[in-house]
Amino acid sequence: MMIETKVHAKNFVDWARDKPRVVVLSADLTGSTEIAEFQQAYPDRFFSMGVAEQNMVSFAAGLAREGYIPFIHTFAVFIYRQTLSQIVNSVAYSALPVKFFGFLPGITTPGGATHQAIEDVSIMRSIPNMTVLEVGDATEIRTVLDVVYSLPGPVYVRMLRGEVPRLFSPTEPFILNRARVLSDGCDVTLFTSGICTEEALRASSVLAARGIGIRHLHISTHKPFNDPLVDDALKACSGPVITMENHTIIGGLGSEIAERMADLGIGRKLFRIGLMDTFAHGGSKAYLMRKYGLDALSLVRTMESALSVKLDIHEQDLAEVHIQDVHSLAKAEAL
Amino acid sequence: MDGSFNVMDSDTLTQRWEEKVLAAAFGIRKRVLEHTVKHNGGYLSQACSSSIILATLYLKLMNLGPSAGNPIPPKFESVPRPGSPKNYSGGVYNGLPAPDKDRFFLSPAHYALVLYAALIEAGRLAPEALDDFNKDGGTVEMIGAEHSPGFEMMGGALAQTLSQAAGIAMARKRRGDSGYHWVFLSDGEFQEGQTWEAIQTMSHYKIDNLTALVDVNCQQCDGKMCDVMNVDPLEHRIEAFGGVVAVVDGHDPVAIVKAANTSHMGKPLFVLCKTDPAFSMPILEGRRPKLHYVRFVSQAERDIFAEFLSSYSLQKMSEEKPL
Repeated sequence: MMIETKVHAKNFVDWARDKPRVVVLSADLTGSTEIAEFQQAYPDRFFSMGVAEQNMVSFAAGLAREGYIPFIHTFAVFIYRQTLSQIVNSVAYSALPVKFFGFLPGITTPGGATHQAIEDVSIMRSIPNMTVLEVGDATEIRTVLDVVYSLPGPVYVRMLRGEVPRLFSPTEPFILNRARVLSDGCDVTLFTSGICTEEALRASSVLAARGIGIRHLHISTHKPFNDPLVDDALKACSGPVITMENHTIIGGLGSEIAERMADLGIGRKLFRIGLMDTFAHGGSKAYLMRKYGLDALSLVRTMESALSVKLDIHEQDLAEVHIQDVHSLAKAEAL
Repeated sequence: MDGSFNVMDSDTLTQRWEEKVLAAAFGIRKRVLEHTVKHNGGYLSQACSSSIILATLYLKLMNLGPSAGNPIPPKFESVPRPGSPKNYSGGVYNGLPAPDKDRFFLSPAHYALVLYAALIEAGRLAPEALDDFNKDGGTVEMIGAEHSPGFEMMGGALAQTLSQAAGIAMARKRRGDSGYHWVFLSDGEFQEGQTWEAIQTMSHYKIDNLTALVDVNCQQCDGKMCDVMNVDPLEHRIEAFGGVVAVVDGHDPVAIVKAANTSHMGKPLFVLCKTDPAFSMPILEGRRPKLHYVRFVSQAERDIFAEFLSSYSLQKMSEEKPL
């Protein structure tokens, strides 16, 4: 697996070159949201808004009403927690094309509870007119921009920065409301999103070696949530379903799958891995993933519980695993 | 004016502009009073405090295109949806957007009835439109929404309209539009932090194609602002945040126009209109300090207001209290 750095910073400048309507608003986190290069390249299209998020969101709505497509960049918590009324009343009701790029999803920051966006998917997807997306690797960071740009209304993107893995081929871009099928099997159906996909992949070859057949789907669109690939995966098998998300288990991916199963009348046992209705605290990503049960070992333990088996898999087994580039089953040459 | 109808046509040639404004403002107050009596409730004190400000805006200050709205507002069809051609803006009553035309944004959306009455007096809405006020299935809503006549955004949560108007003013300035931006604010909105964020932003970006007229009636839902949460000295606070301020008698159209012409290069202008929430309606005096919403608790009380309405006239007012 390849690790890439500052993918958004490098890509966004090129991507935005021929899109003069795209402007960026930043609330004093320009370097921290990988948008400094954009500011340097297109100072005319960059608005420094200071630490004043509520005004920033309404101001962006005003720009959008006059034909601009504002890309708001700040930490996710400062979007949905600080400006929910502005998101709803200034932007979402009027279906304006304001695009929210929320960084530091879940426990990806040592900044502690004030900086960790643990309920953003839950809140943002309950707002009418809002589309909610989440990226899981470098390919998705690059290609989510075309999806965001093509949608006429407001979009919230759970964004990654810094060092990110490339899990998916650059030739397989982010597609709205389409899951990536990463493995096929029928003992367990597994849905993962964001950084949890990489984490689950750490366990998958070991689990496969133990004879566990996993139908693993990577989810990058939280809303809308009616992807036929998801429906097919839910209908195809009858064993337990596991969801794994870097988010509270209330209102995020786990809830989306639960709702979808209920809509389809599918009764399968559901195991939700995520923050168990708790805040986290400041610490490294690896420490927090272990402490709050968001890591590969936690997935293994959940598998054991779901299947009532003992797998005898330990941390050292997982640490040795090197993740290869993942290819979708949709492609002939894929694994 | 759209020319199709105009309740003031008969007087247009003979009146001076300030007389026309005062007559329109009287019409606004009378329509709101009528409505309040008829429907046992309304935002009546807001009509008292703001009628002359709104009449001055519509009849003297703003350069708007003719109304593109139906004199009888449409029924509610749908809320906006992404990419839907059905999305409808009540802003069409202030004319279609054009580079050289002004834009108007009323922020405190509970002033809706007052704005509808102002649109009627400005010949942009039929008097019968008020029959639809707060009726199921209509767009003439109690708290003005984006589809309500005269509105083009959702101001009901307060303090968000100024920021949005600033964004619009900034976008149009970049585009080279000559049209100006007028925002109507209530003084209570200065208790909201976002208002101050908007002022600091307009100051930072030198957004000077925008003027806010503020209804300083010192009243809010719970009572007098100075008791609920004081914002004085408002003038100095706004200046400190980077705005230019003019303070005027909000019942004097000549003073309002003069204040609106205050030079404010590189800064937004705030015209603080000092107003009386019982202006021209002594019958409201006994209700102080609770003037936010007028509702009658008995038929007898309603009858007193009905009687006051029957004798409410501009002539009588000017005899009793010359401006």
